[in-house]
Amino acid sequence: MKVTILDYGVGNLGSVRNALLCLGVEASVTSDARLIDSSDLLVVPGQGAAGDAMAALKSHGLVAPIQDYIRSGRPYFGICLGYQLLFDFTEEDGGIHGLGLFSGQVKRFDSRDIKVPQMGWNQLDVVNDPLELASGLDQPLFGYFANSYYVEPEDPSIVFTQTDYGTRFASSIQTATVLGCQFHPEKSGAVGLHIIKEFLNRHAH
Amino acid sequence: MLTKRIIPCLDVANGRVVKGTNFVDLRDAGDPVELARIYNTQGADELVFLDITATHEKRDVLRSLVERVASEVFIPFTVGGGIGDIDTIKILLDAGADKVSINSAAVRTPELVTMAGTKYGAQCVVGAIDAKRVSTEAKISVSDPGIAVDSSSEFEIYTHGGRQATGIDAVKWAKRLAELGAGELLVTSMDRDGTKVGYDIELTQRICEEVRIPVIASGGAGSIGDISDVLHVADAALVASLLHYRETTVAEIKAESRRDGHWMR
Repeated sequence: MKVTILDYGVGNLGSVRNALLCLGVEASVTSDARLIDSSDLLVVPGQGAAGDAMAALKSHGLVAPIQDYIRSGRPYFGICLGYQLLFDFTEEDGGIHGLGLFSGQVKRFDSRDIKVPQMGWNQLDVVNDPLELASGLDQPLFGYFANSYYVEPEDPSIVFTQTDYGTRFASSIQTATVLGCQFHPEKSGAVGLHIIKEFLNRHAH
Repeated sequence: MLTKRIIPCLDVANGRVVKGTNFVDLRDAGDPVELARIYNTQGADELVFLDITATHEKRDVLRSLVERVASEVFIPFTVGGGIGDIDTIKILLDAGADKVSINSAAVRTPELVTMAGTKYGAQCVVGAIDAKRVSTEAKISVSDPGIAVDSSSEFEIYTHGGRQATGIDAVKWAKRLAELGAGELLVTSMDRDGTKVGYDIELTQRICEEVRIPVIASGGAGSIGDISDVLHVADAALVASLLHYRETTVAEIKAESRRDGHWMR
């Protein structure tokens, strides 16, 4: 299975690479748009500011290749910004258009009642799990978060888990081919590794 | 709602655990990665490695430790201890550390906190504070009234592993660190550290009231009850000797804290 981690100069690639290695998958790390198409699984991490991340995707010529890849029904695993940027629009950095692959918006937590960023472990309530990525795990599940923005998808049927932090938000989405996580599965201990492993298994050739 | 966190802390030098370990049946009693793995299995929410290596090889030694931990333990971890420049911060984050803690260097060069926060995100910058109750008038005067110890001050911060007084008020400094861009604070009570009489709840509370970022309490845990007590105020508790001397486990701490009504992972 050819797993590609996209390196567009934003955030820590090592953690997800290590997590995949621990699951027996040696991923290649690249910023080369031509290598996206030949991947069996594309992994897009990302930390920091959405504006910088989107600008980096553009400057590396990665926007259209990612869109084509996902639209053609190929497996994609996005973490944090790699999840948020799948949607139409984010409020961050004065308003940024994302990849537009899913309808929905990315909004900032309201910091009047809660500490922003959200930093730490929060509960993941499974609402839809067609790929059964969380089956076999002891409830409740917890994921590790470090985020100031959250995704509000238009289509509730794609929501994999929901989490409460001031508001109830989609802490991950799941379709037949896309897994997007606001929490960091690569830092969420056994639960995170399990979810990654199951997603790999569903798409292993 | 976020859970309260239990964070084992390991002191390391030259890539080895240097104190407080009593895991006699380990293959390598001083291997930080092995201990990290054990604490992870027990349910630790995060880990902190405080490096006290004092040689020129410090950076390389620390980097290789970070690489090893990151490749085997999949929970967040912080490294700290004498981190004083942006290059070292970059090297450690690239090697796989999730956060770096900055202590003395933040006092010397406050811009470092801002630079690291802007460049890598506030979530990876932990402002570390070593604080002590003010017993006499501060011997050092600080010109910045925003942080100087004054007649109302209760706590003063110390740098260089607690050896150097600063004349800086701990609560004001906590606020300043948050303003500079730290994403979290690690607050150690020097009066309580090693005493096992409990965390300094007053210190922790004063600081929690002043900042809107998570606060990790450190220093003084002598029982699980002490940990549970401080979690009524702090977001997380750092635990060292109680775990290293096997007086308890992370799992036991969490079970009892849960019974006390704390929301735990």
